[in-house]
Amino acid sequence: MDSSDYSTGPAPGLLRRRPEIVLIPLLFVLIIGSWHGVVKGLAIPDYVIPAPGQVATAFWSGVTSGSYLAHAAYTLSEALLGFFIAAFLGTLFGTLIAQSRIIERTLYPYLIVIQTTPKIAIAPLLIIWFGFGITSKIFIAATVAFFPILVNVIAGLRSIDAEKIELMRSLKATKWQTFRMARLPSALPTIFAGLKVAIVFSILGAIVGEFVGSKVGLGNLILQANVNLDTAGIFGVLVCLAIMGITLHLVMEWLQRRLVFWTASARSGDY
Amino acid sequence: MPAAVKLMPRPAEAARTPIIQLQEIEKVYAARDGNPVQALAPVSLEIGTGEFLTIVGPSGCGKSTMLRLVAGLIPRTRGRLLMRRQEISGPQRDMGIVFQTPVLFPWRTVLDNVLLPAEVLRLPPAKSRARALELLEIVGLSDFAAKYPFELSGGMQQRVAIARSLVHEPSVVLMDEPFGALDAMTRDTMNLEIMRIWREAGTTILFVTHSIPEAVFLGERVVVMTPRPGRIAEVIDVELPAQRDIDIVNTDRFGVYVRQIRAHFNAKGLD
Repeated sequence: MDSSDYSTGPAPGLLRRRPEIVLIPLLFVLIIGSWHGVVKGLAIPDYVIPAPGQVATAFWSGVTSGSYLAHAAYTLSEALLGFFIAAFLGTLFGTLIAQSRIIERTLYPYLIVIQTTPKIAIAPLLIIWFGFGITSKIFIAATVAFFPILVNVIAGLRSIDAEKIELMRSLKATKWQTFRMARLPSALPTIFAGLKVAIVFSILGAIVGEFVGSKVGLGNLILQANVNLDTAGIFGVLVCLAIMGITLHLVMEWLQRRLVFWTASARSGDY
Repeated sequence: MPAAVKLMPRPAEAARTPIIQLQEIEKVYAARDGNPVQALAPVSLEIGTGEFLTIVGPSGCGKSTMLRLVAGLIPRTRGRLLMRRQEISGPQRDMGIVFQTPVLFPWRTVLDNVLLPAEVLRLPPAKSRARALELLEIVGLSDFAAKYPFELSGGMQQRVAIARSLVHEPSVVLMDEPFGALDAMTRDTMNLEIMRIWREAGTTILFVTHSIPEAVFLGERVVVMTPRPGRIAEVIDVELPAQRDIDIVNTDRFGVYVRQIRAHFNAKGLD
């Protein structure tokens, strides 16, 4: 809409308007090239830093053997289940806390303590309580994803402008109507920001859980490769994890653009 | 001026039944330092059914306080507020309100924004929809029913807010400097429009402004208020043709009213 205001001269080409379309792959080639150059030039051993070609081979064999798919499906289920539990509980408790200043002020110091404690540190405890299976990973993922959601739900519900509340009051809206029609939609952009952080955290939680104790999953695969000094194998799994993270991020972006379309960032496509 | 008399179809002031009565209403705030601040000295005022009453005064004269007291958004310290001779407190479903800013919900289309009061008040959907579309026609926004607020200019947004204030067919509409944020030309257009809407809808309008010409142009009566403490200095019957256009501001008679009102503020060392 804004770019159509330039009425003079010919319409600028796609490359002039969005040079990053060329620059992004160019930088990629540059990074891979220098990586290869440094590893070969300095004769760095494979088990310290593998060459890009070896990583590609390891990644490809992981994909074709079906090993990545099975392990990634496991890790992804842990992360997503943890995320959904965190989203549900975070929204529920955030909403309850936001209803009352007294509850908020009472719980505030506790929330700060819990929030500033690294939740990852309780992973070994959760393994003791819930075992080596999927349950403990879901709990760890949910624990780390819960707080960004909780905090953003509270902040979002508090951030509504007074005039919207006043408008609802002038119509004698019930508390539930005000929540459903004004507070919750107003909070959605902030809640979404929390969900985007939380989904990344949930993968982190699942991987750490697998590090602490597991039989399957991408985290476990990294440990196995580590034991065998298969550094290229570790890098391969990292590529796999990066793809997983980017995919989830893009899904969240897409959801955000659809659900909170009215915010400036959703309209311009920036984030 | 027989022509002017013919153009004034409304009954004379004394014959009109009051719809809103303010009896010795007073508002005292507790200031930050603990000392009470009198925002509104005891004021008494009767607003006739179907009347267009404007309230004008500099900032701090209590005009917005008075409007918000009538809207039931803030409690009065002393005095009685009557609607149709019944004492009232709190917001009334039979009132509509337009704020200084449009206060539209960005996640709702223009039509759905207009329908908000109907939804809150649980009015029959089909009938409300027809009424909302009719109001959008009146404010000249029929083609924008499916658009979102961020696609509209400031003036258009405020017109949506006016349509919203009328959708539940309230007897009284309260307007708190609704055109204060608009540029002078849009403001003139909006003033003509609001007069047309008032004539067509037959609603009682209580209109707060800090613009003296706007108050004279719109009002059948103008309530002049002065600050410290906020009180009514004079109530002026404006005897101008009911069918007014913008050129009337250049007539001698209009100028007399403007000077008469300004004298109150000059005497107090305000302007």
